[in-house]
Amino acid sequence: MGKVATREAYGLALAEFGDTYDFVVLDADLSKSTKTDTFKKKFPERFFNTGIAEANMMSTAAGLAACGKTVFASSFAMFAAGRAFEQIRNSICYPKLNVKIGATHAGISVGEDGATHQCLEDIALMRSLPNMTIINPADATEAVCAVEAALKIDGPVYLRFGRLAVPEMFERANYKFELGKGVELKDGKDVTIVATGLMVPEALEAQKILSEKGISARVINIHTIKPIDRDILVKAAKETGAIVTAEEHNVIGGLGSAVAEVLCEECPVPMRRVGTQDVFGQSGKPAPLLEMYGLTAANIAKQAEEVIKLKK
Amino acid sequence: MDNKRAIELEIIANRIRKDALTAVYSASAGHPGGSLSIADVLAVLYFEVMNVDPKNPKDPDRDRFVLSKGHAAPALYGVLAERGYFPVEDMPTFRKIGSYLQGHPDMKGVPGVDMSTGSLGQGVCAANGMALAAKIDKKDYRVYTILGDGELEEGQVWEAAMYAPHYKLDNLTAFVDFNGLQIDGDIKEVMSPLPIDKKFEAFGWNVMVVDAHDIIKLYEAICAAKTVKEKPTMIILKSIKGKGVSFMENNPAWHGSAPNEEQYNQAIAELDAQIKELEVQLNG
Repeated sequence: MGKVATREAYGLALAEFGDTYDFVVLDADLSKSTKTDTFKKKFPERFFNTGIAEANMMSTAAGLAACGKTVFASSFAMFAAGRAFEQIRNSICYPKLNVKIGATHAGISVGEDGATHQCLEDIALMRSLPNMTIINPADATEAVCAVEAALKIDGPVYLRFGRLAVPEMFERANYKFELGKGVELKDGKDVTIVATGLMVPEALEAQKILSEKGISARVINIHTIKPIDRDILVKAAKETGAIVTAEEHNVIGGLGSAVAEVLCEECPVPMRRVGTQDVFGQSGKPAPLLEMYGLTAANIAKQAEEVIKLKK
Repeated sequence: MDNKRAIELEIIANRIRKDALTAVYSASAGHPGGSLSIADVLAVLYFEVMNVDPKNPKDPDRDRFVLSKGHAAPALYGVLAERGYFPVEDMPTFRKIGSYLQGHPDMKGVPGVDMSTGSLGQGVCAANGMALAAKIDKKDYRVYTILGDGELEEGQVWEAAMYAPHYKLDNLTAFVDFNGLQIDGDIKEVMSPLPIDKKFEAFGWNVMVVDAHDIIKLYEAICAAKTVKEKPTMIILKSIKGKGVSFMENNPAWHGSAPNEEQYNQAIAELDAQIKELEVQLNG
């Protein structure tokens, strides 16, 4: 199994779909890192650098969209969702304009750049915006599918990509991506692990660890965080009676919160949330950072064992 | 433009002022000062310059207008109503629950509003995007936007100021409503954006300064901007906040507060008197 960063897949997808879809791409001086330069090389007349000015980029994207353009606006997650939050809210989401935000370098796996660049709040921010769709792909195939899904709907979409090369789990030829639908990767009866992004392969690994201990864990991949697939979550809660969520994001406001919101309303069961525990990150290599902040298969398995003890 | 047409537009501007005040008075909230100061330029744009059709407000080839200083919505709604986008009779529903005339312009709900604005600094950037879209599509529509002078304190404005000349957006004409006042007082005391003209020149804009209440000069400046190539134009409007209503002129207290019944009646009476005088000029 090879490894590819979802940002790489993003750049390739833009270049590929540029042939069949009519859209323009904006970037704020990070095209080499966000990989929009892959698109730029193929379609230079449809690429516009805004310079290091994310606020202007988002509002300009809104103006382009108001004149009928489909727009991808790219930067690091921190500066897209964070710095330009209010532009995304007022210029893009309020008028429901057709702007796709390609946010790369999300999460702690950014690594060496440290806390200022490790965005662990973007899902929380974007999730709170009406009209926003959020997709957090787990691998390169899902990233490509996410870009196409974003192109097919009219309205704002937040696409969350990572810097780190992650395992290629799905084959594009036979992968069926359905926006808003969770994917059951493993069936199980004792507990359900609900994971997103680069925590999906960790969840699968945790399932194996638990299996060796005689625990049957269901694994669900949530690529679309908003709108979230309520049915698959409620079914899992009813059938397995305990939930562990796993995300490369603060446990406040992200996938864990979204799942808790659904289950508290429809089928409350014991839950544990794996994610960063309301702390900032720090500089370091991605793998030890993920380990240090508990974003591992081992921790998911541990939390699963604990949450099972709380089952009635 | 002949004198007769200028007087006609001046009458329209005063009707826009009345509509704006009716909206703010009915809502007991809103921004009269900065609405009154841009009534003339709105009259010139919508009744003389812009290629727009109220019957086809979404025409892809139309000229666009973005009210970057979105709090002057009463004036924008006034000009749109006068131009026939929606009934003038709806103005009193402004800011009321269920009304499409939201406190700040809503492009989804108000016919003729090209961009949702209200959060300062964002409209001018959206106008850049619209002007860029025209360039990409090789269309010849123009984009107009009005900023407040206080709005220039928003950092995002200067991102836009860099952007428009960089992409040679000569199809963009921006205005600054230079009335010298913002909510907290004199712009020079709050946070001076001066000198406005030299700043935009330094950023690469074609800059003009005109009397915001001289219809003919406004029209000439807007026409001159159309002939400039490879540069966006910034027209600095030397304006009077609260223009047309004696007790509102140059008083920052009227930035964001509504008149009471007595004040409203007086304001309408003053504007009616001006309209009557202009009609005498027109017919005499």
